[in-house]
Amino acid sequence: MKRLAHYRAWLLWLAASGLLAAWLAYAVQTPDRQQAFMPGKVTHAHHQIELKCAACHAEPFKGSAGIQDACLSCHAKELKAMDDSHPVSKFTDPRNADTLAKLDARQCVSCHTEHKAEITRPVGVTLPDDFCVRCHSDIEKERPSHKGMAFTSCATGGCHNFHDNRALYEDFLIRHGQGGKLKDDPKLPERHLRDFMVYMEYLDGEPITASDMDGRAELSPVPKLVAEWEHTAHAQAGVNCSGCHQAKDESDTLAWIKQPDHTVCTRCHKEEVEGFLTGLHGMRLKQGMTPMQPGMAEQPMKPSAGHAKLTCMSCHGAHRFDTRKAAVEACLTCHDDGHTRAYKASPHFTLWHEEISGRGAKGSGVSCATCHLPRVEFTTPEDETRVLVQHNQNDNLRPNEKMVRSVCMNCHGLQFSLDALADGKLVARNFKGMPAQQIESIRMALEAERRGQARKAAGEADEAEE
Amino acid sequence: MRKFHVVSSLVALGVAAAFATPAHAADWDHKDIADALHSVMEADRIVYTKLIVNRLQNQDKVIKASEHWKDDKALVLPAQMFRYGAEHVAEKGAKFSYSLLSLWPVNKQNNAKTPVEKAGLEAVLKGDPYYTTETLGGKKYYTAIYPDKAVAKACISCHNDHKDSPRKDFKMGDVMGGVVLRLPMN
Repeated sequence: MKRLAHYRAWLLWLAASGLLAAWLAYAVQTPDRQQAFMPGKVTHAHHQIELKCAACHAEPFKGSAGIQDACLSCHAKELKAMDDSHPVSKFTDPRNADTLAKLDARQCVSCHTEHKAEITRPVGVTLPDDFCVRCHSDIEKERPSHKGMAFTSCATGGCHNFHDNRALYEDFLIRHGQGGKLKDDPKLPERHLRDFMVYMEYLDGEPITASDMDGRAELSPVPKLVAEWEHTAHAQAGVNCSGCHQAKDESDTLAWIKQPDHTVCTRCHKEEVEGFLTGLHGMRLKQGMTPMQPGMAEQPMKPSAGHAKLTCMSCHGAHRFDTRKAAVEACLTCHDDGHTRAYKASPHFTLWHEEISGRGAKGSGVSCATCHLPRVEFTTPEDETRVLVQHNQNDNLRPNEKMVRSVCMNCHGLQFSLDALADGKLVARNFKGMPAQQIESIRMALEAERRGQARKAAGEADEAEE
Repeated sequence: MRKFHVVSSLVALGVAAAFATPAHAADWDHKDIADALHSVMEADRIVYTKLIVNRLQNQDKVIKASEHWKDDKALVLPAQMFRYGAEHVAEKGAKFSYSLLSLWPVNKQNNAKTPVEKAGLEAVLKGDPYYTTETLGGKKYYTAIYPDKAVAKACISCHNDHKDSPRKDFKMGDVMGGVVLRLPMN
């Protein structure tokens, strides 16, 4: 009897272990079931995909190189586009071996460690604030104007950024340092995708109407949808039903599809979709997960929108593709933070309201998208330039000086832009009011320029005397 | 007199043979490989400087070269052209590395840093390459430093006029810096 009980205990242990092993094996392979393996809370940037470990740990046997590859699979393009001031190649050069010993910046995770919520600071940085000092402790020898400055102040107040200095480099500050609050002709750049598609001979671009429709029999659209499509840029550019509703199936034959997804949009809007998939709106789709839902967000969202699923159509609306709606109303349907709630009382909204009412000039209004999904000049894979909407809403967000060039300076002077973005309270009020402080970097750059010119003039005078 | 010519020719041939690169690449040593790599770098650098920058900026005055070439819609500076190439090579995972350094750099990052760089950049001022070995980060390298000369007016005018340039009296043909090339030895 005792012996039977002994075996029973063993059997129970075996069964329990087997069940546990089976559950762990299932969980480790199943996105959204991997919570048990989480070593610590991940950053705001990655929390949406935290339950798909393989998004970052796809190649565990490659060690740190595998992690680095995962970082670059999403972030390489933006680093290239921003002319990264500290590219990896700067640190792999043997002459910088001593620098590497101080800070191994060959790996993103040296400065941006994940799962370390207790030491994570803004922009996902997990190093102490004075990381610049590790390599630039003798900066005052090169730049005497920097004498006495705190090493925690380099990256604050619109002076320096580790990666992106496109709006902060000295000659840029000098060139744009004299502007006031508003430019003489404040407006946004125009998009011209149709012209680009015609120029590249991807489309003939001839407008079509309902009588030219090719999917009537297969899709049997209701008249309302036909009318909506007829008024879009799609119809104006000759994009017929088949342009979106026809795709090759698994057997490589063309088939009609009722509800196209973002992969169909990439046919003409490849870069826009790529941006969407890189940002917080589409990153779950990129990882093959279910679409992002506002209810999953860490930022305040409206409860009424909690279960909405984010795809291209969530903001653009199938068939209507109303970019004005996508630029404001779509955002306000979900977002519910202080900055968003303050928008309709802001001078930016007043301008937007004027434009959509037909009183303001085209491109003079400032919508949510104007700043967060901005129109930017982009070099296409064909090495052509076109203005497109950057659909990665995070691309210019942190640190916010990244917004200065792509957004603010369409309308405002550089000094005003830097000052406004450095004023957290003003940002929270959605820029209603004036910046509280003036950022020093432009003054310092102009003084350095004056000193340089004086030295040059003195040198030329010496030469003349000789 | 004729005998002297024969002797001197033989001596010259002997000297050339002693220093010449072996006919078979398999027999090349570190110096031969470094010299070969540098000959390509130097040729491309001279071609870009003379045929693109100096011709279009200084001679034909069609377009300027600028450090901020993207913003200024201008030509990439020859030093940047060289650096971007070196970065491409590094990104491709090449085992060797190279950079353009100077005792008088406009960009302070390009100052001599290691003891070998300091000694080598001084040595190449006489016009000949400098070869040595050095250990960096625990790894041993064969390091070759080649003089980099002002081959066009564009070189000297840009450096002499730049507000961050520590030296403003460069003349044509001056050694302005050096190409530092490193091959790993173990």
